[in-house]
Amino acid sequence: MITEAMRESIKKVEATRAERMGVEPKRMTADEKDALLKAYHPDYRENGFADIKIGPNKGQKVPAELGSLLNSNSRILHKKIDLSKVDYEADVLVIGGGGAGASAAIEAHEAGAGVVMVTKLRIGDANTMMAEGGIQAADKENDSPVQHYLDAFGGGHFAARPELLKRLVMEAPDAIKWLNELGVMFDKDADGRMVTTHGGGTSRKRMHACKDYSGAEIMRTLRDEVLNRDIPVVEFTAAVELIKDDKGQVAGAVLLNMETGDYMVAKAKTVIIATGGAGRLHYQNFPTSNHYGATADGLVMGYRAGAPLLYQETIQYHPTGVAYPSQIFGALVTEKVRSLGAMLINAEGEAFMHPLETRDVSAASIIRECSDRGKGVETPLGSGVWLDTPMIEMLGGEGTIEKRIPAMLRMYLNYDIDMRKEPILIYPTLHYQNGGLEIGGEGFTKAIDNLLVAGEAVGGIHGKNRLMGNSLLDIIVFGRNAGKAAAQKAKKIKLGTFNLDHVVQYAEELKKAGVEADDISPLLLPQYARHER
Amino acid sequence: MQEMIDVYFFGKRYSVPADLTIMTAMEYAGYTLSRGCGCRHGFCGACATIYRVKGKNELKTCLACQTQVEAGMYVASIPFFPTDKRTYDIEQIKPTEQIMMELYPEIYSCIGCNACTKACTQDLDVMQYIAYAQRGDFEACAEESFDCVGCGCCSTRCPAGISHPMVGVLARRLTGKYIAPETAHLKKRVEEVRKGAFDELIEQIMEKPITEMKELYNTREIEK
Repeated sequence: MITEAMRESIKKVEATRAERMGVEPKRMTADEKDALLKAYHPDYRENGFADIKIGPNKGQKVPAELGSLLNSNSRILHKKIDLSKVDYEADVLVIGGGGAGASAAIEAHEAGAGVVMVTKLRIGDANTMMAEGGIQAADKENDSPVQHYLDAFGGGHFAARPELLKRLVMEAPDAIKWLNELGVMFDKDADGRMVTTHGGGTSRKRMHACKDYSGAEIMRTLRDEVLNRDIPVVEFTAAVELIKDDKGQVAGAVLLNMETGDYMVAKAKTVIIATGGAGRLHYQNFPTSNHYGATADGLVMGYRAGAPLLYQETIQYHPTGVAYPSQIFGALVTEKVRSLGAMLINAEGEAFMHPLETRDVSAASIIRECSDRGKGVETPLGSGVWLDTPMIEMLGGEGTIEKRIPAMLRMYLNYDIDMRKEPILIYPTLHYQNGGLEIGGEGFTKAIDNLLVAGEAVGGIHGKNRLMGNSLLDIIVFGRNAGKAAAQKAKKIKLGTFNLDHVVQYAEELKKAGVEADDISPLLLPQYARHER
Repeated sequence: MQEMIDVYFFGKRYSVPADLTIMTAMEYAGYTLSRGCGCRHGFCGACATIYRVKGKNELKTCLACQTQVEAGMYVASIPFFPTDKRTYDIEQIKPTEQIMMELYPEIYSCIGCNACTKACTQDLDVMQYIAYAQRGDFEACAEESFDCVGCGCCSTRCPAGISHPMVGVLARRLTGKYIAPETAHLKKRVEEVRKGAFDELIEQIMEKPITEMKELYNTREIEK
């Protein structure tokens, strides 16, 4: 229930609205941002992290929850798996049924390869489906891929791998064209010009959208295309370990039927890990905007097989997750709400920051407002600040919210909150893993030359923070490239004798390092049933 | 003290906190979900659910992740429904009335009962978008069906066996690809990139030292 304090605070927001309209809050200087991040961003809270005990990233920092999975044994360590009994065989095995996996499957199929996709839930049960705000591409006259590069490189704290970022920005226009030609309905004006807006940290309006169902519209189109091509999609079937051969190549994966508990074997000449993110690990007890299966399985499997991680210690907390009501706690409130003009306002009715700083800066600033500054609004589950959504209707005209962000309007109306008339309460939510498995420009891991990674499971594309709209873009660009590269590579691969020796070796190394590996990994699904918590 | 209410999952009674959603109430009751749970935020349609409140006649449909429990709710999940997607080659088909006739002829058996619209978890006018599809107005069908999450509740209630979400997907793809106006600036930029117009510039910026990049970034002009 809405509290008296919340009601009082809304009055303060309403009281200052008229004078705030048309006044752009000041942006922070580089030094102000650095100091803010160090003091308030969760990536700087030492107790949220652990050390990786073994493997190529030994000694490096990792979120504690992911660390405990990396420092665990395989769920098949003591299982007898008959690798000679092959249940699925393919040139290209795609693990994961999100946007990156689907793009990879389509392009590998287009290149003539035999493709099998496995996914532990359904195809489309992925963070792609939930991306709301949009997808970046420098395709307008006042913009260029170079400008896009500068925005993303600076927003990512100058840590992105240049060879990866170059691909992201240079191949962005073609990614949009490809999607459009598959039938994705982008927001356009009557002349066909894309309707584009800013995202946090962009210097040009290059955010393309499909209302606020951008990811859903892209995902359902890609899914439809995968199905049209009759690519086998094995649902409710998780890959639990990679299989290797005596030449050190990957040779497929051990699969687990999520419903029957049976293990199966998929054999493949190339494997693409497209397993997405890790929000459901709830780092530092944050709620998450991620889908149910976001448990970092691919990172665990890949690492156990010998592929190094990059920037695994940097996590994106989306500044605007739902803080109230409790039923949708942690759900994403798209950045597009701010692109359309809503300001961030504290309990006193003050615009305490520019609404379109980069996500890490915005999140840290909101955390500061709700902690040391004491200007957060108390809620039944914690605290939050206002996102002054009625401003959107005042700026864009009545009906703007229903037309441009219908999903947000619907989500709140379910709980009798009309965001057209009253502001909404938000607080940062765990949104994205900036890091992941390290790849080269062609999409291959550096340790195993027939293992590829695409999508959120990759580290290094964005550096240490990601701009809005660059993830929908990266799953398409790197998904497509991985599919093409895997199809070509498969032609040259000759597999040797299969084994799971790396699983046993990993267990031995953990033991040698003195790690008590009580848990098993990958996790596959979060433990939400009351008796499991 | 937390308010508790009684709800019935598959006919079995559980006492659960009143402020939970159907999905979190099932987990509170002890269910480990593998089917019937996807994005948990109302975008994927995995958690289609049907329920009736004890003593009331009306059958209701909803998404379990977006619906708060009520006392006396009898709940059944519909984790899978055999909707029927027809396959086609998007490059070969054209946005003509015939294509619906060929791929989804059953839409012409619609008896106008409006059960689909009543069942829609997104409050879309489903029967209307099927009507648009019948007469080949794909753009209107696409617009009306745009917010569909594909939960399939409409199809479970349809006496004509129509797979409404699939019809919507086809209409949207036809609209996006063939009906919406072409984007000249996109085509032009793709061509420029292909011809190497940015190759030199991108190589230059990739090689700049970090200090110079910081300067460029911090002083870049931001479009109003």
